[in-house]
Amino acid sequence: MKSIEASGKTVDCAIDKALNKLKKSKDEVEIEVLEEPSKGIFGILGSRLARIRVTIKESPSDIARDFLNEVLSQMKVDVKFETKNTGEYYYLSMSGENLGILIGHRGETLDALQYLTNLAVSRKLAKKVRIVLDVEGYRKKRENTLVNLALRLSERVKKDGKKITLEPMSPYERRIIHTTLQEEKSIYTFSEGEEPYRKVVIAPKNR
Amino acid sequence: MKELVEILAKALVDHPEEVEVKRVEGEKSVILELKVSPEDMGKVIGKQGRIARAIRTVVKAAAAKEGKRVVVEIIQ
Repeated sequence: MKSIEASGKTVDCAIDKALNKLKKSKDEVEIEVLEEPSKGIFGILGSRLARIRVTIKESPSDIARDFLNEVLSQMKVDVKFETKNTGEYYYLSMSGENLGILIGHRGETLDALQYLTNLAVSRKLAKKVRIVLDVEGYRKKRENTLVNLALRLSERVKKDGKKITLEPMSPYERRIIHTTLQEEKSIYTFSEGEEPYRKVVIAPKNR
Repeated sequence: MKELVEILAKALVDHPEEVEVKRVEGEKSVILELKVSPEDMGKVIGKQGRIARAIRTVVKAAAAKEGKRVVVEIIQ
């Protein structure tokens, strides 16, 4: 972890100097006051500058990357990371060769890795953070598939007037189905069953 | 595979120094026995076994690559 010391006439002054040098904002660092300034007598004798130490905080994406690198090296897969902070969550996208094993059946391995990464990072930072893992655009592709599936099945429910139960999905995937169909007037959606086998049901509204 | 379970468990618990994984060879499969501090049991099992299930899913994916059947058991 990188840290530097700085001094100045006041504590704030010293902090500004250090932040300028590191090119960081105040919430990206931890500040420790080593010595309070003192004016001394008549501003000459025994005057002392403020001394502080500024340490760059590890970002959630860095911790997530370290954790995943360790895990993935055991799985003998080599990945490159691209990270993005959306404000709502930290998005880590992995790319490389033969990453199918990181996705698994309907993304179950990717979801498991994502869940464990969230727990590991939140524990290390002692606060809840949200991390979304992706492999080469898989999340977006899957989202498109689910939107299409929802639209197609809703048409069938409207036509046949009979409800349809989908296969088990993760909360994130179920939300995509619910959101896609929430504006529909003649059908409605709900979930039933227990995790991890919870399923979405698309049903006709009774007039 | 043993190291993988260790890494995952150590990242989740409050007492990583008490994480132990024992490898037991079966005829067709390998059993990995995970032992953690009693206080940390919930941290590797989770509500309705959600964390344990995630650990097993990741280990299964790693094992499949090597063509092995691996079972993760959490023991007291």
